[in-house]
Amino acid sequence: MTEGLFAFGVFFAAIFTNNILLTNYLGMCSFLAVSREIKTSVGLGMAVIFVMTCTSVINWLIYYFVLVRFDIVYLRYIAFIIVIAAFVQLVEMVIERTSDVLYAALGIFLPLITVNCAILGASLFMVIREYTFLSGLAYGAGSGIGWALAIIAMAGIRTKLNIRSKVPFGLTGAGITLIIAGIMALAFMGFAGMITIT
Amino acid sequence: MLISFLIAVAAMCGLATFLAVLMVIADLTVGNYGEVKITINNETEMTVEGGKSLLGTLMGEKLFIPSACGGRGSCGFCKVKVVSDIGDYVATELPWITEEEKKENIRLSCQIKVKKDLAIQIPEELFNVKEYRTRVERVRDLTYDIKEVTLKLLDPGEIKFRAGQYIQFQTPEYELSSESVYRAYSCSSQPSRRDIVELEIRLVPNGICTTYVFEYMKEGDEVTINGPYGEFYLRDTDSGIVFIAGGSGMAPVKSILLDMAEKGIDRKVTYFFGARTTRDLFLVEEMRELEKQLPRFSFVPALSAPTKEDNWKGETGLITEVIERHLKNADNLEAYLCGSPGMIDASVGVLTKKGLPEALIYYDKFA
Repeated sequence: MTEGLFAFGVFFAAIFTNNILLTNYLGMCSFLAVSREIKTSVGLGMAVIFVMTCTSVINWLIYYFVLVRFDIVYLRYIAFIIVIAAFVQLVEMVIERTSDVLYAALGIFLPLITVNCAILGASLFMVIREYTFLSGLAYGAGSGIGWALAIIAMAGIRTKLNIRSKVPFGLTGAGITLIIAGIMALAFMGFAGMITIT
Repeated sequence: MLISFLIAVAAMCGLATFLAVLMVIADLTVGNYGEVKITINNETEMTVEGGKSLLGTLMGEKLFIPSACGGRGSCGFCKVKVVSDIGDYVATELPWITEEEKKENIRLSCQIKVKKDLAIQIPEELFNVKEYRTRVERVRDLTYDIKEVTLKLLDPGEIKFRAGQYIQFQTPEYELSSESVYRAYSCSSQPSRRDIVELEIRLVPNGICTTYVFEYMKEGDEVTINGPYGEFYLRDTDSGIVFIAGGSGMAPVKSILLDMAEKGIDRKVTYFFGARTTRDLFLVEEMRELEKQLPRFSFVPALSAPTKEDNWKGETGLITEVIERHLKNADNLEAYLCGSPGMIDASVGVLTKKGLPEALIYYDKFA
């Protein structure tokens, strides 16, 4: 398989079969908290796509050109975390400066993302699975899109839920959301076998 | 072993330093909004460092917007009306903002950042109330029982108030009072004279504060005041104005009239001033002077019990009777009343009978 084709496969796998949210259950806190409305979850989803793609690329470079070279890959957690935090902070500053519209749509979600485990997870999976630069990029973007897809779908379901359904009191809020997330994960298992990545 | 240890430390330090430097540069360039002007209530301008939340910025300027959560967007108290355009609401504001507030562009000041020049509106009280150390510059008799007290502000050296507002005068402990008490007095000076506050104080028999002012306080003494307070100020409309005052109720009216003369506000003004005899009349010449400066202003002093010696040729009778006679109708009019509760209640009665809605009658009652 050529590298390009492999990266393409990784991209789709990250969205569907290996959805970082629904198979690895990463990024749960913001998934539960911000999936009440479609509009806000689209905003958060877009921010995650952007940050995940960029941090995967940066972390790939940091990993191979700093950590591997100096033989300190065991420090990758710390390195990745500070890179993500610094990057998110920088992006927030730039967006805030340049565009009010973009800031209102994405900017306010960025601090939420700093501590989103899915972002760190994507970078870690990427180096554990030893992706090439191109595949790493594809994986980051795919994971972001997958996460966004899951939260937007969830927001859609919850919006409907609010109108139509009588949720038992004890299950309202996070309870029913987790159950729905589980069912969604089962549904996404339908994609399994289509493509597999290791 | 040692070398690999050092390499690890150096590499991580290098990475962290690089990111830190990047952040510092970003902060100095992208995050640096320079100096930004905030205009408050169309009057005050403050120049502040941009880039922080509005709430925090105002706090830095010693202007305290009520906030219970300290700016995390979880209490919804720190609402401020923003007049200039600062873009759409952010998602973190929306839970606290009602539809009506949206129309007014009321924003949560902890969630919006000061990035460019802003104009905001806040309740005047929040903005201005301070404590002032002052020195008694001059005390002069206006009548046998009303003194005009001029206070020179020491610290802070300037006050901002709207003509018609009042301050609280702190009477220190003295022979007749074992604790310091506060009494409210309207400013009779015009707001443009920022470094002084002039009060008109009428002797109340056995009154703690007035006795202090009349018998103990000397020129050169230091006294403390705080303020300004109150909603008794000229509304910005084109309607005709009726002032009705008695005794030291002259003070805020005088302040408003001086302010109008200075600003060249040309509106039809009639000022009914009630007194018993000429002994109780004061500042008549100043009012006549103002009549020259304000083309459509007329001062109508009225004596309720003139004596023969008074040789009074002006209006006589209770102030209500005089208003009754003078006021043809209440079309396109607002009334400002200042004086004793009895006088105010009676005057409100006459004015409403003439057809003036109560909403257009503003008053300061001296209890």
